Amino acid sequence: MKFSERWLRELVDPPGDTGALVHQLTMQGLEVESVEQAGPSLDKVVVGRVTGMSPHPNADRLRVCQVDVGGSTLQIVCGAANVRVGGTYPVALPGATLPGALVIRSAALRGVDSGGMLCSRAELGLLGDMGSAGGGEGLLELDDSAFPGMPAVAALGLDDQVLDLKITPNRADCFSLLGIARDLAATTGLHFAEPTPFPVATQAATSIVVSIEDSVACPVFVVRTIRGIRPDARSPVWLQERLRRSGIRSIHPVVDVTSLVMLELGQPLHAYDLDKVDGGLTVRRALDKEPLKLLTGADVSLDAGVLVIADRAGPAGIAGIMGGARTAVSATTTSVLLESAFFSPAVMAGRARRLGLQTDAATRFERGVDPTGQARALERAAELLLAITGGVASACQSSGTGVLPPLPVNLRRARLARVLGDAVPDTAVEKILRGLGMAVVASVEGWQVQPPAFRFDIGVEVDLIEEIARVHGYDRIATHPGMQATRLGAAPAAHVTTDLLRAALVQRGYQEAMTYSFIEREQDRLFAGGQDGVPLVNPLSAELAVMRQGLWPGLVQALKHNLARQQRRVRLFEAGIRFLPGPDGLMEEEVLAGLAAGAVMPEQWDSAARPVDFFDAKSDMEAVLALLGEPQQFEWVADLHPALHPGRSARLRRRGQHLGWLGAMHPVLAKRCGLDEAPIMFELAIAGLSMASLAPYAGVSRFPAIRRDLAVLVSRETPVASLVAAVRAAAGPALRDVTVFDIFAGDHIDAAQKSVALGLILQETSRTLTDADGDSIVGAVVRRLGLDFGAKIRE
Amino acid sequence: MDNVESLLAQAREALTAAHDLVALDAVRVRYLGKKGELTALLKQLGSMSDEQRRTDGQAINRAKLSLTQALDNRREQLEREALEAELRSGSIDVTLGGRGQSPCGLHPVTLTLQRIQKIFCGAGFSVHQGPEVEDDFHNFTALNIPADHPARAMHDTFYLPDGRLLRTHTSPVQIRALLRLGAPIRLIAPGRVYRCDSDTTHTPMFHQVEGLVVDTNVSFANLKAMLAEFVERFFERPATVRFRPSYFPFTEPSAEVDVLSESGRWLEVLGCGMVHPQVLQNAGIDPEKYTGYAFGMGVERLAMLRYGIDDIRLLFENDLRFLRQFH
Repeated sequence: MKFSERWLRELVDPPGDTGALVHQLTMQGLEVESVEQAGPSLDKVVVGRVTGMSPHPNADRLRVCQVDVGGSTLQIVCGAANVRVGGTYPVALPGATLPGALVIRSAALRGVDSGGMLCSRAELGLLGDMGSAGGGEGLLELDDSAFPGMPAVAALGLDDQVLDLKITPNRADCFSLLGIARDLAATTGLHFAEPTPFPVATQAATSIVVSIEDSVACPVFVVRTIRGIRPDARSPVWLQERLRRSGIRSIHPVVDVTSLVMLELGQPLHAYDLDKVDGGLTVRRALDKEPLKLLTGADVSLDAGVLVIADRAGPAGIAGIMGGARTAVSATTTSVLLESAFFSPAVMAGRARRLGLQTDAATRFERGVDPTGQARALERAAELLLAITGGVASACQSSGTGVLPPLPVNLRRARLARVLGDAVPDTAVEKILRGLGMAVVASVEGWQVQPPAFRFDIGVEVDLIEEIARVHGYDRIATHPGMQATRLGAAPAAHVTTDLLRAALVQRGYQEAMTYSFIEREQDRLFAGGQDGVPLVNPLSAELAVMRQGLWPGLVQALKHNLARQQRRVRLFEAGIRFLPGPDGLMEEEVLAGLAAGAVMPEQWDSAARPVDFFDAKSDMEAVLALLGEPQQFEWVADLHPALHPGRSARLRRRGQHLGWLGAMHPVLAKRCGLDEAPIMFELAIAGLSMASLAPYAGVSRFPAIRRDLAVLVSRETPVASLVAAVRAAAGPALRDVTVFDIFAGDHIDAAQKSVALGLILQETSRTLTDADGDSIVGAVVRRLGLDFGAKIRE
Repeated sequence: MDNVESLLAQAREALTAAHDLVALDAVRVRYLGKKGELTALLKQLGSMSDEQRRTDGQAINRAKLSLTQALDNRREQLEREALEAELRSGSIDVTLGGRGQSPCGLHPVTLTLQRIQKIFCGAGFSVHQGPEVEDDFHNFTALNIPADHPARAMHDTFYLPDGRLLRTHTSPVQIRALLRLGAPIRLIAPGRVYRCDSDTTHTPMFHQVEGLVVDTNVSFANLKAMLAEFVERFFERPATVRFRPSYFPFTEPSAEVDVLSESGRWLEVLGCGMVHPQVLQNAGIDPEKYTGYAFGMGVERLAMLRYGIDDIRLLFENDLRFLRQFH
């Protein structure tokens, strides 16, 4: 809600400057989002009156004006169509600098001397939010109160600030100067001059037949007519300026007055051209697909149930949101019908947003306007219109069932103190509530409070507590720490936090990244084997359209971003959620995913550069898995993943349960992603990593360990992990560890075979192992490997 | 016993000339070995008269002692020199960098989340998580935001085809935790939230930390104390804080907390308020028995303020030149 500071100060005028006012409003819950000067400083721009005018001898469209600028008369050449003898306009004197760095000088215009410039709004930088459409052309014609020589800043009242308040959804009553002034008066304890319209003399009753078909949606509907308005009347500068400072364009005196009344009193009005209204008005629900051309010229097809105001010819407007073009006020209008209604917030709620027509009127109606203020708004409108456009007003004619006042609310003194943790004196409580327009009666436990009709946010006790805290001042409420019982924290010994997993990867040289949870559909499909993710109904863009089924596409995008910026070695990881479509809807799975591209190590003086490969990343994975203990619970199995190289991808299992994937990106996919080299990628389910095996402590043997090495020849396809598992099974409890210390294929070995060198560490807890023990264990291992894998000892 | 004196002088010369331990040992053998020259003189003593044996014996033994000492000294010196030479040849350029991986860092948002959690966990808060895909009940209705409430317009919600939505705040975790665990409770809920909004100060995805305290005697005064202390802990300086009236459908009274920046501007850092009795009731808690406060803070905003980052979009570009500045 934007408005002029001077306007507010006409109603209530707290001491201090604009800064003090801004602080006060902010601290009472009316946050000031911005403060702007009402206009430029306009040095050397004064009011001038045109006292004489003659055609320019050398140009048809120019005129030579004699302009009284107070004490002297300047000759000014002017091309504006609306210049007339007797008119007063802002005059930029020679030496003035106008917005846009335009410097005014005395000069000859096509052979005639011109000593200054008569100015338009646009030239003075006074179009505000209204853009250049309309209003900007033609000289700015000043009101009669402006006299020659007066500074333009004074004539236009530009010594003013424009405040923009962020009105929270509960404060329907603060969408007007009246409401803001009332709240400001209540918090500052100052006198507040409630605007009271001066009733105009009426010449007749209003004879418009109004029929309300839905009195729940529309319980109050007040109309009056004003006949015989001057079509050539224009809005005075003060009115235009007030509207401009509130971001509203001056359109037509009738429309301008309805806007001003809305800003001042919070009651939206609608003006119809009386001569275009066919018969009476009916407040009714629209028929399905009923057509309506709006004021803006847009054609809409209404949904059944939308509340409209209609005449015999059909809808004349959407109730409380926007009028129709057919009955709109225009430059030829001589009689108007003014409507001032109350539409139920419950019925209005969300309607404008669904129609895409969040007008100022709609915003006010859906939050709630004062249901007792309709006639007052029409009085104010008539008072202003008769002064500006002339004409004759009819009496206000009211229809509808009316609105019941809000129910009284009980406020308990003890509850107030308990919620705030501080006591507010009874006298202060009563003063605050009365200042806000509430009727207060003492009760046994506290007070019974009758909220005013214009408050829609006072329904339960805590609503009153909030009002008291707010007006009393949050800064005046005590600050003291609570006295709640504390409970000790839990620290499960086996719990591995996501932060620990992150730390492990950071130590292994991965940088944490954060990518969006929604990504481009095709990217998502590429990494998910053609499977579609769940789309957003209302995505921001095609790039952010589908809930990601994995974290790789986002990380690959980050990789590409960095490769394009001379980063050749990129190692990224992210802990986040992937969203899997399933039979029961979307499933969320938290995963730890990453990728590594470029050299295995940072560039160094003592290490030859080598591209990162599967086993480098596998060792990073093993470092993460080491947090979980018991390495044998994990199993890496060669398996196919649509995004991974078929010969270089592994599925990780923990005690048979799927845990994740590790592999090189599929070269075809890498090419489609525009990558020259395929990164190594991993993705692990965090749920499967969150609990470690508690250390199975088994004592430390006092007896020496012995080591036996053996090399076996097996088929090249034999996974070494199976050999090791067989060794473990065959060797029995004396086996402490098995290492694979060489893999060899090539010369002197059958092409279909490979040699695997195994080191067995043997140790007993109760005695020293003998050579014979070692021979017997190795013998068992060799037999087992021979049976299971056809393994032969390599001599 | 001139020959003893000259022998000793000769031996001293030889050991000075010995420049390594092998040569030195040869000197020892030559004079003091079993067949050494000084040893030979000692052996001749047996054939001498008592008188002569005494005088010569003393002279030879003195010479032997003296030579042994000289040999020891020389050996120590040579050993020292040998060690020094060995150390000299084994020295390296210690200013060269270490070998192997160099650790990277965490994302500034994670670092900020971890700090926030640490601060609150110190006061007995526990950390709770909730789903990112929420239903209308938990995200809105239970939080006192019925359909068509104007507050929904402020939330710019992303919807999924099945009618569910991406949570617009972490507040639904309040409801889930209260329904599951009841009161009293003291929790924070960090996580990702989503709003369809994107400009220089908004990204469609960001992080929040929600906080909730419900107990038999929790007041606005407690809320003020807790959050004022949090602000000081987070910014690690004495802070001027103001509580400014605001509106959230799920708290009443509600406040925005502003902190005075070093440049004298008020910066909004978090929103908070007393849990609305209707919200407690929606979560099965008796609002006459229990009161509570709740707060919510934007993690990106706090991270930006703490580290002096001026554009929120940098946080999600994942540019290593940006990310590597945090550790």
